[in-house]
Amino acid sequence: MSEQLVLAAIAIVAVSGVVGLAFSRSSAAGQYVATALASVGSVVGIAGLVAFWMFSSSRPIDYPWSVPGGEFAVAVDGLSAIFLLPVFLVSLLGNIYGLEYWAQAAHPENGRKLRLFYGLVTAGMALLVVARNSLLFLVGWEIMALAAFFLVTTEDHDREVREAGWVYLACTHTATLCLFALFALLRSAVGSFSLTSIPAEAVTGTFETAVFALAVLGFGLKAGVMPLHLWLPGAHAMAPSHVSALMSGVLIKMGIYGLVRVTSLFPHPPVAWGAVLLGLGIVSGVLGVAYALGQHDLKRLLAYHSVENIGIIVMGLGLALMGRSLNRYDWIVLGLCGALLHVWNHALFKSLLFLSAGSVIHATHTREIDHLGGLAKRMPATAGLFLIGAVAICGLPPLNGFVSEFLLFLGFFSTFLKSAQPAYGSIAFAATTLALIGALAVACFVKVFATVFLGTARSTHSDQARESTYAMLGPMAVLAACCLTIGLAPQGLPLVLDRGVNAWAPEIGAQLPRLAEVAPLSSLGAMAVALVVAILVGSVALGIRLRATAVSATNTWSCAYMQPTPRMQYTSSSFAQMLVSLLAQVLLPITNRPRINTLFPASTRFSSEVPDAVLDRGVLPAFRLAAWLMSRLRVLQHGSIQLYLLYVFATLLWLLLWK
Amino acid sequence: MSEVLSWTLHVAVALVAAPLQLGIINKTKAWFAGRIGPPVLQPYYDLIKLAQKDSVFSTTTTWVFRLGPVVSLVTALFAVLLIPLGTASAPVSFTGDLVLLAYLFALGRFFTVSAALDTGSAFEGMGAAREVTFACFAEPAFFLGMLVLAKLSGSLRLVDMLGTSATSHWGVASASLVLVLLSWFIVLLAENCRIPFDDPNTHLELTMIHEVMVLDHSGPAFGMILYGAALKLFVFAALIVRLVLPTSTGMPALDWAIFLAGVAAVSLAVGVVESVMARLRLVHIPTLLVAACLLSAFGVILTMR
Repeated sequence: MSEQLVLAAIAIVAVSGVVGLAFSRSSAAGQYVATALASVGSVVGIAGLVAFWMFSSSRPIDYPWSVPGGEFAVAVDGLSAIFLLPVFLVSLLGNIYGLEYWAQAAHPENGRKLRLFYGLVTAGMALLVVARNSLLFLVGWEIMALAAFFLVTTEDHDREVREAGWVYLACTHTATLCLFALFALLRSAVGSFSLTSIPAEAVTGTFETAVFALAVLGFGLKAGVMPLHLWLPGAHAMAPSHVSALMSGVLIKMGIYGLVRVTSLFPHPPVAWGAVLLGLGIVSGVLGVAYALGQHDLKRLLAYHSVENIGIIVMGLGLALMGRSLNRYDWIVLGLCGALLHVWNHALFKSLLFLSAGSVIHATHTREIDHLGGLAKRMPATAGLFLIGAVAICGLPPLNGFVSEFLLFLGFFSTFLKSAQPAYGSIAFAATTLALIGALAVACFVKVFATVFLGTARSTHSDQARESTYAMLGPMAVLAACCLTIGLAPQGLPLVLDRGVNAWAPEIGAQLPRLAEVAPLSSLGAMAVALVVAILVGSVALGIRLRATAVSATNTWSCAYMQPTPRMQYTSSSFAQMLVSLLAQVLLPITNRPRINTLFPASTRFSSEVPDAVLDRGVLPAFRLAAWLMSRLRVLQHGSIQLYLLYVFATLLWLLLWK
Repeated sequence: MSEVLSWTLHVAVALVAAPLQLGIINKTKAWFAGRIGPPVLQPYYDLIKLAQKDSVFSTTTTWVFRLGPVVSLVTALFAVLLIPLGTASAPVSFTGDLVLLAYLFALGRFFTVSAALDTGSAFEGMGAAREVTFACFAEPAFFLGMLVLAKLSGSLRLVDMLGTSATSHWGVASASLVLVLLSWFIVLLAENCRIPFDDPNTHLELTMIHEVMVLDHSGPAFGMILYGAALKLFVFAALIVRLVLPTSTGMPALDWAIFLAGVAAVSLAVGVVESVMARLRLVHIPTLLVAACLLSAFGVILTMR
């Protein structure tokens, strides 16, 4: 039943934008039809997932398909279900948000296109997650990848947007190329394109290494693991905000899904797999947040935090893989549950943050953090919702981010606790990295929240901002409520996560401990509830005390200077300056510092930026060099047909002589 | 019933004894300087006075500014519930509670710093930036120390890690524990903004960390901050005392006496450090904190045999 519902949902969502094309570009009717269809589709899909979790109503479907080697094999299992829910939920909320944020009336030139590809990208993601045949998987993957390209380039009149789109397109094609090779390899081992467990006799050392390298490269490019993240900041920053929410919250998780699915096919993975993923996760986590600290574009900053959170997820997956290699079942449960839960959590709080950022951008028309300020007074609801997202992404109690990071901490600590081989005790240092990532994330999100929403307005952009309407605030509130629910009641999670773990390691499913046995989820929930209640009580108590005593208002203290201006505030750049300079060896920030050498210097400017090391310092220069080298070959190309005929003749002659 | 009683005692001792530490530190500093100094109970007088005072709020601020003191006090109170004090038990204890302890302080920091930035003052911005920067070093150091205790006790509950069985660890891994002790003492000084990281008594806003963040707070809200800070210092002192003296004599009264003496000794040590050292230059602070991390990291490696 679940499969049928999900397939119906995919079909409805896929065509949701097509109907809108029939309406005129100035008509608002199209956007309501598209959103209604997409919402119905998403709700049907979510109903299918609820049926799966509540009634275990999974019956794999296998339709004949005319593609050679392909089967229309579709199934919902514990893993698919976990990845499907964010697809439908975030897409549903993003569609509703888009009604106001990207209203057809305001964007007649690209509103219909945006809705068409929003539906398609959702359908593609849902299809690849339920596919049990690698060709069907690739169909879903390419629909998703190409639709996402058109979403990123929604505003294709802008050169910057087109450039971000090209980088994305090049990356996603490279990823697909790796996947072609990967699935061909898997087929050589299994004998068909169906995604089933690899028989032990087919596994050799080179085969394993090749599969893993291709999977990390292909899926890592999509997920945005650190050295492969080059497309991510630009694409997330340039896309409309509800597209960024879908891409950052859900689309990059498809890379994680691919890694999880492919690793699940190997019952005895080498220890090196887990170690490599753990290392990559640490690099992504620490560097992702470090780069985020140096950004002053609101959406680029959030994009780098996606790299960080993907790193945290990959760390958990690495731990689970090592547990599977070394038969440490508690590592599997804690690592994988932490990773899978973080997939959900990141989808929730990152979508919330991107939608709140969109609300800010919609009201102020700027993404520059240092031009904003004081918005908490003008946009109180957006400020409150952004704050919830910020606390959640920092992994702080009582919200959802804390629960998944807690599971990972528990996992890493337990590797140190009873580790039989001392060599693996060093995994425990990953717990320290997680603490470092957490502390850096707090620094970064305090910076964003405070610079955008607190203090006073730094420019007229934010001085005249107006609060968004309910069409935009509603979806954000739903996401915030989800963050709060997971934080306050994590007891319900084993229902979902235990099935995910069983689907990942079916051959040892019965021996694995349940999540509730290894993690004190009910204690966490109780403490989170108590914390919320205590904060409320404390606020009321302070309020009562303030009523009983006199309260007066005055300027902020500035050493008795009575005329403070908004320009005297700390900016996001000055707030992060200390950390960025401590990390300067890694981040290589560029600062343009004016030199003052006269007594009365003219007015001057200071600017600083942290360019991306991989894209701006590595890939782009390398490709420019390659393009220059290729351009040397142009001497051969004169455009005269006689000359080309001479080439053909010379080649034929050489072939004849050579043979 | 006796459990309820002992929990009440646990919380009550923390609530009552916490401000006393500030009094002891200030008295110690006064002795070193040859002054009489304020009475040991001065922090209590201050708190009572602040609760009755009128408040001044900057017109720039929002509800975040009022939420900051509440969250910093509540998180410190919750931390008290998690750690063992006089006896090897705590009102709340579960596997992995050490993570909650660290993250409670992070939550408090998030809101304290946000409240500081809500004023739109550059002074408070400086303090806030320093606070979050130094925390990035202090948190790993704290977790590294916890790794040592987890390895030695074979448990992830604070009551076991700092419980009575910990006495035997001094026999087998005293080197590791000394390293952790040094590291955590540095973390205590940093997290509670004491010299050599921060000078709570300086009059110069440009060099402060914690005090500059709360410049604009006044009245009952400032009292909450002060009390929260005292509780935080108490929790860190308790961690160190339980690390060094995880004793259980069988007589609860004696245990509590030993514990409180230990807390007083930590306060005295903080006072001595403050009297004999000057504040470090800001650029040198990360170096000292990295040293704290490395001390604990070596402690971890020593336990990995």
